[in-house]
Amino acid sequence: MTAAFSQGSKAQPTRLSLGPILFHWDAAAKRDFYFRIADEAPVDTVYLGEVVCSKRASFFEKELPEITGRLARAGKEVVYSSLALVMSAREATALRDLAVEDSLLVELNDLAGADVLAGRPHVIGPFVNVYNEGTLTYFARRGARRVVLPAEFPKHLLAPLRQGCPDVTLEIQSFGRMPLALSARCYHARAHGLHKDGCQYVCALDQDGMPVSTLDGDGFLSVSGTMTLSFAYLNRVNELLELRDMGVTGFRLWPHTIDMVAVAQSFRDVLDGRKEGAEAEADLQALLPGARFSRSIYERPLQPAS
Amino acid sequence: MSERPLELVCPAGTPAALRAAVDAGADVVYVGFRDETNARNFPGLNFSRVELQEGIVYAHARHAKVYVAINTFPAAGKPTPWHAAVEDAAALGADALILADVGLLDYAARRHPGLRRHLSVQASASNAEAIQFYKDAFDVKRVVLPRVLTLDEISALTARVGVETEIFAFGGMCTMAEGRCALSAHATGRSPNTDGVCSPASHVRYETRDGQLLSRLGRFTINRFAASEPAGYPTLCKGRFAANGDVSYLFEEPVSLDAMGLLPQLMAAGVRALKIEGRQRGRDYVARVVSAFRAAIDAAASGAAMPVGRLDQLSEGGRLTTGAYDRRWR
Repeated sequence: MTAAFSQGSKAQPTRLSLGPILFHWDAAAKRDFYFRIADEAPVDTVYLGEVVCSKRASFFEKELPEITGRLARAGKEVVYSSLALVMSAREATALRDLAVEDSLLVELNDLAGADVLAGRPHVIGPFVNVYNEGTLTYFARRGARRVVLPAEFPKHLLAPLRQGCPDVTLEIQSFGRMPLALSARCYHARAHGLHKDGCQYVCALDQDGMPVSTLDGDGFLSVSGTMTLSFAYLNRVNELLELRDMGVTGFRLWPHTIDMVAVAQSFRDVLDGRKEGAEAEADLQALLPGARFSRSIYERPLQPAS
Repeated sequence: MSERPLELVCPAGTPAALRAAVDAGADVVYVGFRDETNARNFPGLNFSRVELQEGIVYAHARHAKVYVAINTFPAAGKPTPWHAAVEDAAALGADALILADVGLLDYAARRHPGLRRHLSVQASASNAEAIQFYKDAFDVKRVVLPRVLTLDEISALTARVGVETEIFAFGGMCTMAEGRCALSAHATGRSPNTDGVCSPASHVRYETRDGQLLSRLGRFTINRFAASEPAGYPTLCKGRFAANGDVSYLFEEPVSLDAMGLLPQLMAAGVRALKIEGRQRGRDYVARVVSAFRAAIDAAASGAAMPVGRLDQLSEGGRLTTGAYDRRWR
């Protein structure tokens, strides 16, 4: 099979996953979204939880048990994703309350809960920096079973990372606007002349992020509260098999308001060999007409028009 | 060496800047090797092994310390430059290593348990529990706090964590949490975490269009200036963009951080050290900023009036901010 498996590690099944929602959708929208995912989406794992802003978390908390149950009954692995930039004692306590639950599989996006999870299986999320086998091995020794790589992890280093620590599953971001940066400052509030403390939850106005353009009118970035994302949608559907050959076994889709069941189906069809990558790419473009796709984090300069 | 109330940690990108910083009253100078192992990997900057050795001799003879920043994230399958940096800094007598990567902290703690380890701002440890993790796991003695916390949060943290805290006092200011920002990677393919550069000059172009000057980074326009306007460097997060129907400095204006006015509060909070940003700066700049902070710290320590207005000319665009230290910044 793959190069990594021939190094002697156990064969790991390929998993398609749905990352946590990075935008501020209201509780009813999230509930409907996850019920449909449970019933229809060919994904193996669903990550739930508020990663971006602790002010948003309370809106969804009471829905979590029911949604978790529905997803679990549909055979999905459910993982709780933690907040990504923990700054207050209250946020740290919330993270640790989450981590202390033995029955939950947790994705750690800030090391505030690292000691609580030590020795128990857990996931290291894409907001904790893992760039090399030294770090990967360290987290594996403490119980990490899966690591979701940062958006900027370079493709050509996947194979050496895999070979340096074969026992941890690698998951890679594969579809959706790419989370690029975190801040204490809320840019959504700032764009509306507000501060974070009195934000009026204006981030709810942009369900796929607030578009940010250059002064030429070129789409550049997008904003979800304190998080900055790409404007372009990452789309790796045409290189899934190549990535799998490099030893990546998890492929993450970031939720958007488009038909995520159809997105997941396209990825699943390519992984299962029912569809060519290029065909799936065209299908996804048709699903998101006018959207710009990028196959990697780096959007290279366009060729100058002659 | 005498323990001062607030250690003044100063940047040097060249041996001349190191000597200037020491002569101007730095308690510590921090430096990096001339490669991708540090977060100021700019052409013509940083230290060879021989230069570091000479710098350490110069500093130690004048009762100053030298910290070596090895604060990028080693590339998979290629740890040698980072491991060599740790080994050489230790062999040359560095007083501490400033590290960000978990794997490299683990390496340094195992190989050189007696050499002080400081947690770089690039590790973005912004809460007591994360700091405690680094203390328990790698016995870090000090944490450089990310520029996302308020003064109140810094005070609370400093009281709670069992390690020294160091905060940025002056110079360039990240608006994003350090070490968790891939904006430069998005626009240029080169990033602070992996290459030690942000918005690198190699990807910058200036273009004149319709009588206006455009500053571009990779394929993206970062700012546009009228002929009468001074043009700034296109650092990505300090650019002008359009969002929600308005054109603005959405993330941050071209300003520099200045926490000099907060010195008495920082001392009262028990902060151990102040860091001046700017290893890419020349020795004259370093000398002026260091001597101003030396005077201010000494004045604050003795209860004398604080000197004012000495640094206005040294900031980006002539403007200064206390950044995230003031809660309203958020």
